[in-house]
Amino acid sequence: MTAIALQQYLDFAYIAAVVLFILSLKWLSSPARARWGVLAGEIGAAIAVTATLFNPELVQYKWIVISLIIGAGVGIPLGMVKMTAVPQRTALSHAFGAASAAMIGIAEYYVGTSHLTRFEMGEIGLEVIIGSLTFTGSLIAAGKLQEVLPQRPIVYRGQNIVSLSILGTALALAVALVINPGHTALFPFMVAVALIFGVMLVTPIGGADMPTVISLLNSYAGFSAALLGFVLNSKVLVVAGALDGSSGFVLSVIMCKAMNRSFTNVLFGAFGQVQTSATKREEAKPVRSATPEEAASILTAANKVVVVPGYGMAVAQAQHKVRELYDALTKLGIDVRFAIHPVAGRMPGHMNVLLAEADVPYDHLVEMDEINGDFAQTDVALIIGANDVTNPAARTDTGSPIYGMPILDVDKARTVMVIKRGMSPGFAGIDNPLYYLDKTLMLFGDAKSFVSNIVREVGGGHG
Amino acid sequence: MPADFISNLYVFILAGFVGFELIKRVSPLLHTPLMSLTNALDAIVVVAAIIIAGRHQTHLTLVLGAVAVAASFSNMVGGFFITDRMLRMFKTGRPKK
Repeated sequence: MTAIALQQYLDFAYIAAVVLFILSLKWLSSPARARWGVLAGEIGAAIAVTATLFNPELVQYKWIVISLIIGAGVGIPLGMVKMTAVPQRTALSHAFGAASAAMIGIAEYYVGTSHLTRFEMGEIGLEVIIGSLTFTGSLIAAGKLQEVLPQRPIVYRGQNIVSLSILGTALALAVALVINPGHTALFPFMVAVALIFGVMLVTPIGGADMPTVISLLNSYAGFSAALLGFVLNSKVLVVAGALDGSSGFVLSVIMCKAMNRSFTNVLFGAFGQVQTSATKREEAKPVRSATPEEAASILTAANKVVVVPGYGMAVAQAQHKVRELYDALTKLGIDVRFAIHPVAGRMPGHMNVLLAEADVPYDHLVEMDEINGDFAQTDVALIIGANDVTNPAARTDTGSPIYGMPILDVDKARTVMVIKRGMSPGFAGIDNPLYYLDKTLMLFGDAKSFVSNIVREVGGGHG
Repeated sequence: MPADFISNLYVFILAGFVGFELIKRVSPLLHTPLMSLTNALDAIVVVAAIIIAGRHQTHLTLVLGAVAVAASFSNMVGGFFITDRMLRMFKTGRPKK
């Protein structure tokens, strides 16, 4: 077979892969067909990788095979992590993806130094900068989620100016390289500065903003792959990168809307400053608390219960106990549903996978917009480890830092029960007036043990 | 401006719109598997890494290419694997009684 004919076969293989990738995302739109989507993606990826191994440019296979084996060896354990660890796994995979895109761009630079046009140099420079900053940024995000790094935002005076001037330096180095691509000495500096910027970008962002940050990093990782497609003139990379990039972008927009914040606000306006002013006005207002026995008797007397899970449920690993409570109440004929706020947890959809893992049927997991109208007919709203997403101040108090953020209207339920360790405010440090309502009962304790005590009472009282 | 750039730009813009329309339809229920699936699809950069590693032009490009092959292939394998694991967990209410 001639090289040209072979190249055409390779192109057809890549086109098939692209079609399968698009079908893969299309089928993901419904839970019933979603697994077909994974299969389509797998077949597409297998076709593309196999075809590439026939590329006539390849002269030796030893290191390819070794690297593929190492990759599979790393990837399989990373695919088996617990559902609570999925946010950090996702951040880590953004780091891996961005790192490979950056490294390929770097290799392209060193291979082509002598004959790069200015235009090609510009593409490589931009691609390597985005890939590098996404790599370190995602590593920091993964570290924060794994709690090896502090979760609170790290902020200091003049931070934005320092960060932006670092980004400016990286871009200036890229411009210098465009003017003369032969300045090989500048290239490592540009990479290093971009790596530093990635760290600076994510350190000031903390806990509750993580869903947005992960989505943004997803988007950057995708766009760096698409840019790499421009550099290498590879359409399959352009398409896969554009799909991944637009997916991350759509998710970031959804997350920002769910917090009533703009991109710039998440990136540059730290939540950190708020907490100092908010924690000062801590007064000892009276709250009503209840025991597991009381909570159980209120729940068993209800007809409709809505459970509002939050990150605290994930931290306490309480999702399986929550499922037991769901089972026990459902057995008594009580309608139990789960209200999922878009930013509950540490990444988009986090609560859904946790509860699905615990065998809660997904048709009982209801989005905010769908369930908010139902709270008025709800007997009990049980909040487990969620705080800011239930704060009625977001609707009423124009002075509140979260004013305007869409929330779950739990205060419209007849009774509100909140499982919480103590009266400390949530991540944003904002006091929650919900806790001082007459209809609210505070259930103080660890989410997991408190829920299991309720389950015992519910089960015990009814045989 | 090179002709390749223009044709790539067409592909990029069209694929971006396709992605946007497809992602909008994915239920928030599946946003976590969506992210791990697009991650696995994005790992297709492995094909570029394979070429860099297999051309073996310099030691530097061999090392960069080989590490990139391992990193992106681990995303591909792990991404599809965990997506499928998550999707298997999503079940509808079992008819009880």
